[in-house]
Amino acid sequence: MKDSKASSKSGSNATVPAYQLRLYVAGQTAKSLTAFQNLKRICETHLAGQYRIELIDLLKTPQLAAGDQILAVPTLVRRLPEPIKKIIGDLSNEERVLVGLDVQPIQD
Amino acid sequence: MAKRSLPPKSLAIPKAATGITGLDEITGGGFPAGRPTLLSGSAGAGKTMLATEFLIRGAMEYGEPGVFVMFEENSEELTANVRSLGFDLKKLVAQKLLVLDHVHIERSEIEETGEYDLEGLFIRLGHAIDSIGAKRVVLDTLEALFAGLPTHAILRAELRRLFRWLKERGITALVTGETGENSLTRYGLEEYVADCVITLDHRVNGQISTRRLRVVKYRGSAHGTNEYPFLIGERGISVLPITSLRLDHHAPTERVSTGIAGLDEMLGGKGVFRGASVLVSGAPGTGKSSIGASFVDAACRRGERAILFAYEESAEQILRNMRSIGMDLAPWIKKGLLQIHASRPTLQGLEQHLLSMHEAVSSFQPKVVTVDPISNLVLSRSEEEVKPTLMRLIDHLKQEQITTVFTSLTTGSGSASPEDSQVGVSSLMDTWLLLRNHEQNGERNRTIYVLKARGMSHSNQVREFLLNDDGISLVDVYLGEEGVLTGSSRTAQEAKEKAAGQRQRQDHARRLRQFEVRRKAIESQIASLQAELESGVAELDFSVAEEASRIDTARQNSADMAVRRGGGARPAPGPETKGKR
Repeated sequence: MKDSKASSKSGSNATVPAYQLRLYVAGQTAKSLTAFQNLKRICETHLAGQYRIELIDLLKTPQLAAGDQILAVPTLVRRLPEPIKKIIGDLSNEERVLVGLDVQPIQD
Repeated sequence: MAKRSLPPKSLAIPKAATGITGLDEITGGGFPAGRPTLLSGSAGAGKTMLATEFLIRGAMEYGEPGVFVMFEENSEELTANVRSLGFDLKKLVAQKLLVLDHVHIERSEIEETGEYDLEGLFIRLGHAIDSIGAKRVVLDTLEALFAGLPTHAILRAELRRLFRWLKERGITALVTGETGENSLTRYGLEEYVADCVITLDHRVNGQISTRRLRVVKYRGSAHGTNEYPFLIGERGISVLPITSLRLDHHAPTERVSTGIAGLDEMLGGKGVFRGASVLVSGAPGTGKSSIGASFVDAACRRGERAILFAYEESAEQILRNMRSIGMDLAPWIKKGLLQIHASRPTLQGLEQHLLSMHEAVSSFQPKVVTVDPISNLVLSRSEEEVKPTLMRLIDHLKQEQITTVFTSLTTGSGSASPEDSQVGVSSLMDTWLLLRNHEQNGERNRTIYVLKARGMSHSNQVREFLLNDDGISLVDVYLGEEGVLTGSSRTAQEAKEKAAGQRQRQDHARRLRQFEVRRKAIESQIASLQAELESGVAELDFSVAEEASRIDTARQNSADMAVRRGGGARPAPGPETKGKR
């Protein structure tokens, strides 16, 4: 696993964030960057403090595609909480993303 | 010797051989190399089996490792399924000849949230291909993608890209798809995979199912365009092509004995040609199976291998029945010279039966084959359907120079001439032996005659043939004033003739003896007459001598007397005057 960015408000590493998210991309394409940007924004807005994002570049580690059955790219996999949910696309449709992640939107 | 060969490589596009029996012949060498081929068919038609065998044989026999991307089954299921064909997928995976990749798409899991592409699939596939250096890929079945992914527009674009990607890497791909209502595949895969399309069909005809394969299109290559029956057997798939579109098989001149001395004599004295097809037809109970078994027995005696395909009796039953006429086939089976394959004709379709025969013949390599009877197999079919399939089998057997005997049951001996019911099939046969039961004087006897025997002089006599404890034998039929006599009438007639002959001989001997006696009698008569003659002659001689002496004496006396009387008187001149005293 390469670039692992953990973002958590509280500095304690003991608490495991509720949402474990993995974003599969294939290299630095426009779609990948867009997806990552969107993901960060959505998480900050609605899951502040409870998430952890892993970024997996399939060009570097192709064998990982089989484990999570990745076909489309970019794919966001919600590994925790169970059940596993997959969201494909660059995540520009925020509503859909939230439905997919099963997250209650925080009304601002 | 003209070799039947595939088109020379330089003219046709390069092909990836499949290794599947018969398929390479139909496609002229295999699937197009480096290009995708579409395999469409209804559910259960055998697409996955064919695709799997393509990969496995490619890896094992042609040194081309393969990747199997399965969208529906998982690798455990596939491994278990192909084990019945005798393939061990686990071993091949361990040897790095095969990669099984299960791509699972769960529609409910997927939420579409914007733009995406299927690069993930490409990466997975690329990784799998590179890990073993694969040259063949199977995608079974891409239609699962259509069911799983919501936006078909993206999918179609990506599929186009996928096939270009595969072509660029020189991968021979095999894609399976289910037959659609009006199109070759349900989702129109044939748009992308346009180089070669093959359909598999599994239909039921008169309660019997047959599997057929057809090459719908093949760009850049000649191919067989008919529907070919195929079988999923114990060693994989076998397709049955017409192996000789040209009639160019050899005509050996060697002769093969039928096992019955009298029958050999009827066939020009030596039997049938090697590689000939022999039809033995007749009403029930005329002895067809016995003749068929006799051919096989004769072959084994010569040390040649033989197969008996039985569609009416079990192997045990045949052995027992043949033993009753003094033919013991069991030792040949033990020695491995004879195989008896018995199965019910309704078990599978005609083509499948012929395919199994084909397989058995290829693996055992016999020199003589008997099919007993063939009439069951063609029961529910019309002549147009039967003839081409039978022709395939006979052609193949002739190519291998295998002498074949087909027995056929004809309906009754009464109304229709038995020749009529066999006309279609008989034109494929070189030799036709017709068995008939001859009824007369309250009994039925078996007769046989040679209706036709191509290429040799044969007897046109009807001969009676007997099945008894020491075997089959042929006897000359007696032609009397009432016509043909067989059975006990014949034996009666023969006895009568024998008696008559004996009487004549006795008569003759008697006459000879009589004549001898007469001759002796006459000879003795002659002898006695001869004796009489001799004695008569002797007497005559004696008489003459006596007379002479008497005359002599009388003269002498007279002269004497003259002298005594004293001379003067001259004696009366007599005849002896000249004579002096």
